Amino acid sequence: MSASAPGPVVEIAGLHKSFGEREVLRGIDLTVHQGEVVCIIGASGSGKSTLLRCINLLEQPTAGTIRVLGTEVTDPDVDIDKVRTHVGMVFQQFNLFPHRSVLENCTLAQRQVLHRSKAEAEAVAMKNLEHVGLADRANSAPGQLSGGQQQRVAIARALSMDPALMLFDEPTSALDPELVGEVLAVMRTLAEEGMTMLVVTHEMIFAREVGDRVIFLDDGVVLEEGPPDQVLGAPREERTQAFLRRVLDPTHIDPA
Amino acid sequence: MTAAPSDARPALAGRARMSPRRRAQASRRVQYAILVLIVVAVAVTADWGRVGSAFFNPESIRAIASRLPQAALNTITYTGAAFSVGLALGLVLALMKLSTVRVYRVLATGYIEFFRGIPALLVVFAFGYGIPAALEVRFESVILPIALALGMVSAAYIAETIRAGIQAVPKGQVEAARSLGMSARSTLTHVVVPQALRIVLPPLTNEAVLLTKDTSLVFALGLTPATYELTRLGRGALSEADGGMTSILAVGVMYLLITIPLSSLTRWLERTTGYKGHV
Repeated sequence: MSASAPGPVVEIAGLHKSFGEREVLRGIDLTVHQGEVVCIIGASGSGKSTLLRCINLLEQPTAGTIRVLGTEVTDPDVDIDKVRTHVGMVFQQFNLFPHRSVLENCTLAQRQVLHRSKAEAEAVAMKNLEHVGLADRANSAPGQLSGGQQQRVAIARALSMDPALMLFDEPTSALDPELVGEVLAVMRTLAEEGMTMLVVTHEMIFAREVGDRVIFLDDGVVLEEGPPDQVLGAPREERTQAFLRRVLDPTHIDPA
Repeated sequence: MTAAPSDARPALAGRARMSPRRRAQASRRVQYAILVLIVVAVAVTADWGRVGSAFFNPESIRAIASRLPQAALNTITYTGAAFSVGLALGLVLALMKLSTVRVYRVLATGYIEFFRGIPALLVVFAFGYGIPAALEVRFESVILPIALALGMVSAAYIAETIRAGIQAVPKGQVEAARSLGMSARSTLTHVVVPQALRIVLPPLTNEAVLLTKDTSLVFALGLTPATYELTRLGRGALSEADGGMTSILAVGVMYLLITIPLSSLTRWLERTTGYKGHV
């Protein structure tokens, strides 16, 4: 049951999630293999973020099973903290700890959860900060960094736990347009190094160039799924085509 | 969609009778005039000789001067002791109020409602006379009943302040910590509480200032001259021949010497523990 064992990294079967009366996910089946980069696209409210947040149990599924690295996280007695140490997550709003320095952001969980020594945790943190190009800002406060830099620190923070899977929840949606590139570049490097990644995104160029597979989520179900060139280049479904038109050509939308 | 540009020129053609700038000037002139009238009226009608001797009598200051430092020190000691109890108990109550265990929430809510709803003086009486008589205990030092009585009352207010501070920490902070595998407790102690305490620093100082003034209630415990705090000292001086209004004023100034630095302390703490930049 170790992370290196063959077999899917994520296996989702029949996943449902409701918020009160509203059913956000209506039967999702999804398998992600080692080293795969899966991009999830879809309209606002289609359930993309909820799907991602169910995988590390930030949202509790209503029905269905999710297996992460062989462990069933939908089991009520799962040691979810243990699973989460192997699953990195990057949020739209960065969520860096504002009362800690950049370096401390990357060492806190290493020290508290993995019980690494201060020296070891700092070495790992510095290695990952270097990876995202921010080693020189280790002693800065998060608030002193630009949005793009903060998001790169958030990626380094997640990587410092040596995760086997990375979840990205619209990582560039809160960024100024000129800062999007630096974050996508880090994510591309990560993908090229073989990291298994699930990315909720509106960056169609990233999905096309970096993604191994694209999933179009519509109203809580996977409507279309396949290689990026097919889903983004020649979508079969009418609703996928309409969505891509809205995203790629936003000034020619009939408001009706 | 009709998009014909409307023409506002005719409506703007006339000149305003009074521009906002002129109106503001006129309003300021009226306000200054009222102030001058009041100052003149007071200056003409007051009996300055009498005011001087009643409020600024050097004799009465000399009479209590030697006892002022000890009384101020006692006020500070009582405040510190009560605040320690209030902060510790308040933090526990705040965590109880946020607990997933319903019984804890109910208990904390009951405590807070009770102690916020009754006069602090009543609690002081309880610790001064009620509890010693009922349980046959005797407090050796006067500090203990003061710290317990005032601390238990202020804990109710501090608990609500801290709870609000904890809830003001963005949900994303908890999610980030938990997604790194940190336990609920570790998240609370390393991520939530440090940020919450900074948020509640200003209202917490407010509590300390209120508590400083509430120490005046301990007269109800029957103090000895050695344990007099500021208000008790001022009240005693009232009945002495050369006491009067001046000693009350002197005691009031002593309170300000305690509370105003407290406010500067918060500002300093906010600056030094503050986050650099914005997140």
